[in-house]
Amino acid sequence: MKFLVCISKAPDTTTKIEFTDNNTKFKEAGVQYIVNPYDEWYALVRALELKESLGGSVTTITVGPAEDESIIRKALAIGADNAVRVNAEAKDAYFTAFQIAEYAKKGGFDVILTGKETINYNGSQVGGMIAELLDQPFVSLATKLEINGDTATVDSEITGGVEVLEVKTPFVLSAAKGMAEQRIPNMRGIMAARTKPLEIVEAAPCDDLVTFESYTLPEEKTECKYIDPENMAELVNLLHNEAKVI
Amino acid sequence: MSVLVYIDTLSGSVSKAAMEAAYYGSKIGSTTVVTNGEISSAELEKLGNCGAEKVLVDRSITTNDAGQVSKLITTTAEKTGANTIVTPLDLTGRAVAPRVSAKLKAGLASGVTALPESDGKVKVNVFSGKAFGFVKFNTDKKVIALTPNSLQIEKTGNTAAVEEFSAGVGESTVKVKEVRKQEGDVLLPEAEIVVSAGRGLKGPENWGMVEELAKVLGAATACSRPVADIGWRPHHEHVGQTGLAIRPNLYIAAGISGAIQHLAGVNGSKVIVVINTDPEAPFFKAADYGVVGDAFEVLPKLKEEIEKFKAQN
Repeated sequence: MKFLVCISKAPDTTTKIEFTDNNTKFKEAGVQYIVNPYDEWYALVRALELKESLGGSVTTITVGPAEDESIIRKALAIGADNAVRVNAEAKDAYFTAFQIAEYAKKGGFDVILTGKETINYNGSQVGGMIAELLDQPFVSLATKLEINGDTATVDSEITGGVEVLEVKTPFVLSAAKGMAEQRIPNMRGIMAARTKPLEIVEAAPCDDLVTFESYTLPEEKTECKYIDPENMAELVNLLHNEAKVI
Repeated sequence: MSVLVYIDTLSGSVSKAAMEAAYYGSKIGSTTVVTNGEISSAELEKLGNCGAEKVLVDRSITTNDAGQVSKLITTTAEKTGANTIVTPLDLTGRAVAPRVSAKLKAGLASGVTALPESDGKVKVNVFSGKAFGFVKFNTDKKVIALTPNSLQIEKTGNTAAVEEFSAGVGESTVKVKEVRKQEGDVLLPEAEIVVSAGRGLKGPENWGMVEELAKVLGAATACSRPVADIGWRPHHEHVGQTGLAIRPNLYIAAGISGAIQHLAGVNGSKVIVVINTDPEAPFFKAADYGVVGDAFEVLPKLKEEIEKFKAQN
């Protein structure tokens, strides 16, 4: 079974978000980057578990500049066999999906996994786009994945519950919480990651369909109004008459 | 301009998020809604009240498989001449919108929170609720995936014409073996009021008072990440940066300190009430109303007062 796991870089979850250049760019100074949690904790770890039981290989793919290699090495330290970096600054989700699909066309992968979204752009876009570009089935928001021969059984979140689906390889899947448990790389993994193959490919020409022109921060909250814990009637009164939410 | 709105109605009813998408479409142009599955025409007619002029339903498609549904959308868009496609960013929308975008080579703005600006740009959620971005489309065809609870619907009092049709999308490549419905009355992503609790509640056996308060308020229940991770509550209740991002009118949090990751999932809420024993809890900085006190005492009292209020109103 050949797995391709899409790995994206994201700012650490504790990052204070700020913008520069007249609010057109994310302020990168001092930001600690991590592997996007959904890509790492769920997509990558589940692919590794399945490879360990079924045999095969796990390749990671990242669309990004050379600076992204630190997070790519982290994915290799967790256990991926080899990595691919498409050497380009991703302009939008379609650009990223297009590059991954172009690479995947040559690779003969059985399952392509992404996280359900990145924690910086939250678009849930790349997985579905790859599936469309490759004309493969797409299973989104998967919380469980089992594979038997060429048939996978997947639990997928739907509004108000869970659906159990059956799909044949090859397919694309986006992974959500519940799929696997986070793995901490050990020293041996970290040492091995240094020498694992990291292939660099140039980007195929692709138009960007959308442009992020500027950013803004949410409005600051007004001062918190404190209410005596003995006087919940007052809170109810404020919620009804002042906030008008009940 | 002609707009096509896709909504998932497999539950047999039209969700709030779906009505918002229809309303959003009607604010940009003449709106047709397309959906599939066994939903009654009477239910679909109501979409007129949100601004939809027409509803097309393909009852032969009985799943929300992204492959079939994206074909349903693109063939219908071609038929109606729609250049803008709107869908709620609910669980189905997340799977379908990117497929439609790639199929049509149409720009996708995902997580949209407001009607387009005068120059066509749209505002979207980024950095897990910690910021907003303004997205410009570089394509004539556009796909808009709308964040639920982002806008207030103005009812029109109209009914929409419902028409059954077949889009001829072929077989699904994904087989549905089983559907497990979640227990509970109010769905979290749709809820207008949410009562949430964290580690401060000390154990899963203490959730009764959270559920009771939620019940009198007609609210959904939620929890912080640690509580879902240790298994006190199911994962689908986890709100925060790596869980669900919600935007209710009222969010009541008890025994949650308010780490930046939790705030990311809830700071779209219109009003936040924080109950915590620690006056230094960072959550108070994001709160509209704060109660420094023990959740074990405050929650039952609050429930009692809400009951009194409900009895009078």
